[in-house]
Order: sequence, then C-alpha cells, then structure tokens
Amino acid sequence: MLQLVTAVIQPRRLETVKDALKDAGVAGMTVTEARGFGRQGGHTETYRGAEYEVEFVPKVKIEILCGDEDADRIADAIVSAARSGEIGDGKIWVAPVSRAIRIRTGEVGTEAV
Amino acid sequence: MKRKLLTGGVLGAVLVVVMASPALAQEELAPASQFVLDNLWIFIAGVLVYFMQAGFALVEAGLTRSKNVSNIMMKNLMDMSAGVLAFALVGFGIAFGGGELLGGWFGFDIGIAGVEQTTGDGLLPSTFFFFQAAFAATAATIVSGAMAERTKFRSYFVYSFFITALIYPVVLRWTWGGGWLAQLEFPFSDFAGSTIVHATGGWAAMMGAIILGPRLGRYGKDGRPRAIPGHSIPFVVLGVMILFIGWFGFNPGSELAANVFVMQIALKTLLAATAGSVAAMILNWSLDGKPDVSIAANGLLAGLVAITAPVGAVETWAAPVIGAIGGLIVVFSVRLFDRLKVDDPVGAISVHAVAGTFGTLSIALFARYDDAFLGRENAGLFYGGGLDQLGTQLLFVIVHFIFVTTTAGALFLAIRATLGLRVSEEEELIGLDVMEHGSPGYGHDPGIPGTSSVGAESSDRLARS
Repeated sequence: MLQLVTAVIQPRRLETVKDALKDAGVAGMTVTEARGFGRQGGHTETYRGAEYEVEFVPKVKIEILCGDEDADRIADAIVSAARSGEIGDGKIWVAPVSRAIRIRTGEVGTEAV
Repeated sequence: MKRKLLTGGVLGAVLVVVMASPALAQEELAPASQFVLDNLWIFIAGVLVYFMQAGFALVEAGLTRSKNVSNIMMKNLMDMSAGVLAFALVGFGIAFGGGELLGGWFGFDIGIAGVEQTTGDGLLPSTFFFFQAAFAATAATIVSGAMAERTKFRSYFVYSFFITALIYPVVLRWTWGGGWLAQLEFPFSDFAGSTIVHATGGWAAMMGAIILGPRLGRYGKDGRPRAIPGHSIPFVVLGVMILFIGWFGFNPGSELAANVFVMQIALKTLLAATAGSVAAMILNWSLDGKPDVSIAANGLLAGLVAITAPVGAVETWAAPVIGAIGGLIVVFSVRLFDRLKVDDPVGAISVHAVAGTFGTLSIALFARYDDAFLGRENAGLFYGGGLDQLGTQLLFVIVHFIFVTTTAGALFLAIRATLGLRVSEEEELIGLDVMEHGSPGYGHDPGIPGTSSVGAESSDRLARS
C-alpha cells in the first residue's frame, strides 16, 4: 500500500525541509508554489498610504509518495525541519493512494516510487 | 534670461527674436555658431523630453496590474503618436499662430508656419515645433495613468487627439503664445510648464478619474480605500529615473537657447528633484512606519514638477525648498484623493496638478530674478515684491483650473455618451490586455511567475464584495 504525504509549509523553510527529506532517504518529491490561509488568516500591509489585506499568504506545497512504513518517518522529518513555532508554519496530511504508475517503465505500486 | 515669448503677430517673425542678453558679459560667439548651438541644444533637449515618454510608460505600467500592462503601454504609445499629429495639424497653430482674436484669448493658423525654413537666427520653426510637440505629448500622457485599468482604448485614443489638438493649445496661446496672461500689467510666470504642461495633464487626469469612477475592488463595503498594489516596482523606479533624466531637457531646454543659464536651471532642477524624493520618503515613513518605494518615486517627480515653473526666477537655495515642499504635498495629496474616492493608480493628479499648482504659486514668494516672464527683479513676496505677482499667479492657476476641468470634463462626458468610457465589469476583471488588444502582455506561460491564474480569484472576489 502507498501513502501520499502532503505538506504545506513556509516558503523560506523549503531548503531545510528538502535537506531533511534527503537525509531521511526520500528519493523524489513534487513542489508547488501555493497560496492560502489557515487559522492565522491573512495580514495587512500598506501601499501608497492605503491598507490592503494579503488574504492568500504565499506557501509551498510538497507532495511525497511513499510506502506505508515510511509515511510517519517522513511526516516527522518535515515537522522538525519546518517548525519555527510561529503561527503559519503550515500543515501535513497523509492519505492512502489506490494506484501509482511510473510512466516510463509501467511499474506499479511500491516499484513506482 | 531671455525667454523668447511669442507675442502674437506672424509666427516666423517672432520665432527669430534676437537673444542678446545684457547679462551675457562673455565673449559673443559668431552669430552663425550661436545659431547652430541654439538649434542643436534645443533639438537635444527635445529628444530628452521625448525620452520622458518611456519613463511615463514604465511608471504607469509598474503601478498597475500585469493583466493591463499591454494596454497601458499602448496608451502611452498612442497618446504620443496621435498627440504629435494632432498638435502638428491643429494644436500648434492655435497655440502660436497669427490672427489674434478676442484680445489674446484665441487665434489660429493651419499647420506649422515656416517649417521648411533653414536659415535665420534664434530657433528655427522646425526646432521650435519639435520641442513644443514633445511638451504637448507630455501633457497628454499624464492622463493615462490616472485612468488606468478601466478605460476603453478607443475612447482614450479619441481623448488624446482632442487634448493636444484643442485643450492644451489654448492654454499655450494664453501663456507662452503671448496671449492675455502674458499681456497683464504683472505678466504670468511659468518657466517650463508646471501649470501650462503638468497641471493641464493633471487636472484633465482628475476629470477622467472622477467621470470613470474607481476600479472594481478599490473601496471596501465600508467605503475605506483598499490598495491595489502595482505589479513592478523596478519599472516604477526605472521609469522615474528616466523622467528625471528627461527633465534635464524639459527645464534647461525651456531656456530656448544655448547660453550660460542652462546649467543654472539644470542645477536647480537637480536639487529640487532630490529634495522632493527625500522629503516624501521621510514623511510617508513617519506616517505608515515603512518607506513606500512608489511614494518616494512620486516625491522625486513632485519635486521636479514643482520647480518647473519657478526654476528661472528663484535663487539656488530656494530650489530644494520648493522641491521638498512639493514632495511633502504629494504624500498628503495622494491620501486626500484616495479618501475622496478619486482612484488615481499612479498619483498623476497629485504629482502633476497639485505639485504643479504649488510650484506656479511659489514664484509669487520666491522670485528673485527676472525669468523673462516677470519682466522685473525681486517680484517675490520674500524679496519685497509685494502681492502683485501672487495676484497674477492665482488668477493664472484658477482660470487654468476652470478651463481645463470644464473642457476635459465636457470631452470625457461626450465620449462617455457616445463611445462609452469604461470597459465592462467582466473585461475589467479579466484584464484589458486580452480583451482590448488580443493578447496578454507577458504571455501565458506556466514557466513564468505571475502569468498563472492563481490569485485571480482573489481580485475577482474582492471586486464583487
């Protein structure tokens, strides 16, 4: 069985998280520039004397496909590398994956990871 | 300073006013050399003023959103192109042509009289037209920024023809054309056009912005202004620096001759610009807690616009004072128009109309020298000149304000009633680049940041709230 680990993190933490995941033996990952808000909401800035709200805060979304046995270890590695203790550090969720295929070879399941 | 005022009559004759100045105690050049130098310098100055078009285009593009960048560039391209043609066809003749009517209020010639002439002394008609057309294009282009992101292109195109064909030339006729404001007992003074050029564009911009209404999402439900940040601060700063360079053609070129005063004017222009920038930055910093880049850039322009009128009349020390006040004014003025719901994305009204009006009035206080408009020394209040000049300068800016707001207002209302002035709500949300011109300014490339549609929903939602 495969798992998909998805993490939404602070963009400035991407390098640290990538290094931690490589150290944890992760062979591949997908990174997306994302925007959104969580419990922290947005924040207010000023521009030419008028205020504006940054409602969708820039984030980076990381997706890692892995076997069942690696999911917790990977999630823990992201938590320790991405945590600053400040509001807005992000979230991680793990979901089961019903099928995975490597396009080049046609391998399926854990072979495709 | 012997500015060559055109006091009606035949254009060709007045263009060749001899520029013997009693202040010129240096060795006189051979007349032929002086003739070449004058024309060459004013040509170069004119090129610098045309270069300001690049500055305006970049400032306005930077202070607006990427979905409207082609549109704002196109407006800048066309208000120059259509503007110069309109000025050649009609405007120049109204401004400087013979046939004075109604005691210096109007007059007309077709086209550019004497434009083929290649000999004489002083400025050739071709040189003078080349330089004046650059100023006409400047007055026209000021408006595009204030009306950005929501104006139909064809309507803007029609506007740019009429302002350079009819509105700006009448202001010229009254002033540099030697009309009634130049014929007063205490004549008006506006050396390079704080009011004549900049406030003409600025007040027309105000009428455009008022008649259009604010951009979607610019004000919240509570009526409070909500900023819509521009898409490129590097464009803004680069554009302002190009304008700064161009102004060394605008002001020193307005001497209309290659003489020893050119450098004096350049120096005062430099000091006013830099003082305006620093003053605006510090004031805005103290009000908002952060030094806003585009306001500091506006401050530089406000310093330049403010010194444009008094630059020939004031002492060097007064230039940075006037520039700094211009910079301070622009910070408050931008906020004021924001609160009045006049949505001016680039601050054109504050920079060109408000700082320009201040600069024109400052002559009444600071005038020390005769700039060839004043006709006397020590005209300023601070030099014992009394209130005579203040009376003229006030009359000048008030009549100018009424004339420009009335004519530009009527023009925009007429366009609104016929062609329509504002794009549809749908078009405004999608962006004018695709809807008006057929393709986006930066292309649809997922590899290029800023061209994805992420975040488009946010401005959409903002607009509908």
